[in-house]
Amino acid sequence: MSLCIVDFRIMMAPRCLLLCLRCRNLLGTRISTQHLSHLMQGCTASLPCEQQTGIMIQMCHYSSVKHLQILTSATDFVSNKSCVLQDPKQAIDLDANVELSALEEIDDEEAVTISVPTALPPLSTSLKDYVDKSETLSKLVQLGVNLWKLEQRPNVGSMLLRLDYDRDVASKLLFLKDIGVEDSRLGYIISHNPFILTQNFENLETRVNYLKSKKFSLETIASMVSRAPYLLSFSVKRLDNRMGFYQQQLNLSVVNTRNIVSRLPRLLCGSLEPVKENLKVCEIELGFKKNEIQHIVLAVPKVLTANKKKLIQIFDLLHNTMKVPHHLIVKFPQVLNTKYLRVKERHLFLEYLGKAQYDPAQPNYIALDNLVSLPDETFCSELVSVKLEDFYLFQKTL
Amino acid sequence: MAARHYRRLQGLFCVYKPPGVHWKLVRDTVETNLLKDLNASASRPVPREVRYLLSQDSTKDEDAPKALTLSAASVPVLSKHPLVTGPDFQHIKVGVGHRLDAFSSGVLVLGIGNANKVLNDLYNSRVTRDYTVEGVFGSATDDFSNQGRIIERSTYSHITQDKLEKVLAMLQGANQKALLTYSRVDMRSQEAYEMAVQGLLGPEEKSVPILLRLRCICFEPPNFTLEVQVINETQKYLCKVVHEIGLELRSTAVCKGIRRTRDGRFTVHHALTHNQWTAAEVMNAIQQCHTTKKRKRDTREQNKNSELHVEERDISTSQNTTHRIDAFN
Repeated sequence: MSLCIVDFRIMMAPRCLLLCLRCRNLLGTRISTQHLSHLMQGCTASLPCEQQTGIMIQMCHYSSVKHLQILTSATDFVSNKSCVLQDPKQAIDLDANVELSALEEIDDEEAVTISVPTALPPLSTSLKDYVDKSETLSKLVQLGVNLWKLEQRPNVGSMLLRLDYDRDVASKLLFLKDIGVEDSRLGYIISHNPFILTQNFENLETRVNYLKSKKFSLETIASMVSRAPYLLSFSVKRLDNRMGFYQQQLNLSVVNTRNIVSRLPRLLCGSLEPVKENLKVCEIELGFKKNEIQHIVLAVPKVLTANKKKLIQIFDLLHNTMKVPHHLIVKFPQVLNTKYLRVKERHLFLEYLGKAQYDPAQPNYIALDNLVSLPDETFCSELVSVKLEDFYLFQKTL
Repeated sequence: MAARHYRRLQGLFCVYKPPGVHWKLVRDTVETNLLKDLNASASRPVPREVRYLLSQDSTKDEDAPKALTLSAASVPVLSKHPLVTGPDFQHIKVGVGHRLDAFSSGVLVLGIGNANKVLNDLYNSRVTRDYTVEGVFGSATDDFSNQGRIIERSTYSHITQDKLEKVLAMLQGANQKALLTYSRVDMRSQEAYEMAVQGLLGPEEKSVPILLRLRCICFEPPNFTLEVQVINETQKYLCKVVHEIGLELRSTAVCKGIRRTRDGRFTVHHALTHNQWTAAEVMNAIQQCHTTKKRKRDTREQNKNSELHVEERDISTSQNTTHRIDAFN
């Protein structure tokens, strides 16, 4: 038996020899599966950062094949692993193999333990070939992670297969639960940011501590992480940079900055260039004053990440066509967040009926927030008192 | 369940394309909405299979022989789980009939699945379309619409309705002549007379755009509205017609809006507005289209109506809708 262990140690160094190992296994030569699993664990531990290739997936599936793990007891493989790791490279005579005959008599217990592994494909474009055999992948599916979407991203599939459930995945999930993230959101977070599972644990802790030091409460941090899964993947320096930017550019107090960041956490995740452009557009092209911009951003932070062209388009409609003055738009900033077509159709309908009155001083005034936020039915019945079908008929005449 | 919905979705229907929106966006939005509804209704349970798991007694003795037991368990096959395989419906073939450019609005015919072949035939056959074209006197732009760069301005106070009618009559005459030339029939034969009676005169394959009918419905200077019935046209051609009318009247005109009110058999009455682009509404529309087609085929066999009469009826229905909307106030 000791000779078998020695053989496997050589095979750790060149990858191609692992292929031979697999072939031998499939041919049914009697290699004790206990020793096999010990050394497989040892192999993957000693080859941590290789380039991802098709062969990598092949090695991975051996480490995560559950039926092998069931058979080993914990203490056994730890002791063997340590001895294997200590002397990885030794000049061993390869010809000292011992061929075991398939006709050798074995007892029933050992016969039951020999399980022929099903031929998992070495290369695959989809994770569904591996999900039944891999503990990590099955647990992820049970959590609600959308593996189908993730495997379309380059390299993410191989990365997920390589993860060890106990070492990588479980610890991060427990950490997220400790912060306060709900179980139902864990699937969503991993579906959008699978790289949170490969993050260094200390980095995650540092970033959460930084947020706590900025006086974000624990529930706020939990909700921010749930809604912006990439938040904890950014360094403390970057988060600090962004918070400082929003505070300076908008001249907001610390409390207000915390407010907008907690309501729209993706402000801290994305690039700052579009935000700078939007601010310039608001100031120069749309003609809002600094305090007006502050008010708008506090009410609707999404304006900072909105599409520049759409923002200009809807402002043009509001100001030039509907003749709504600046101060009214500042009073109802959510109109800048709506769909252009919706506002246009409703305004034309009101104009046709002669009820397009947006000035609060005049009678029969229509409030801008009612104009945009009400659903079609309520808009028709309450604001205008017509039927919904008539509104649709009018839309067909535009 | 979802397969039944999918089968019922095969057919032709029309939507009302709002102005300012590219036709491809309309087609993509309809496809996305249909996929969303179909995938929501298709929820099959994950299949289960029986697997034999080995388990060991939990004794702390490593050297003592462990009792291995095989236990059967029914586990779900995760490789068939929707989170691993993806949604059932990932693509629906939605085809577009005669395209509408972003400036114009109106009836846009869409076909789903098997109906795309019918759509192809429809596109190649001789099908007429009705448009409502709005124009404004006083300026000329580079792309003939009111969103282009203004090149010229002129006065229009000399224009009266009968002058406009004269110009329209002249245009219609020229187009009628073009129709006769392109129909490739000897004008002095009995065959030509019979075809003219039934309204079958016209170009068989692709030709220049021909205005079959042209009249002015509304004239309030500087605005005017025309109703046209065309064949083989593009919307740019209609803008150009407006520009030419302006030139003929010794002034200038631009096109303010183009609205397609009818495309073959599909009218504004059948079109779905953008709030109605869901699977249920689309299924209803396709069902209605099938029944009207059957009914029309029966009546046509019974009465042997001429093409001209059918078209007149369509124009009168569109006229009725415009009158009905005016009656709101």
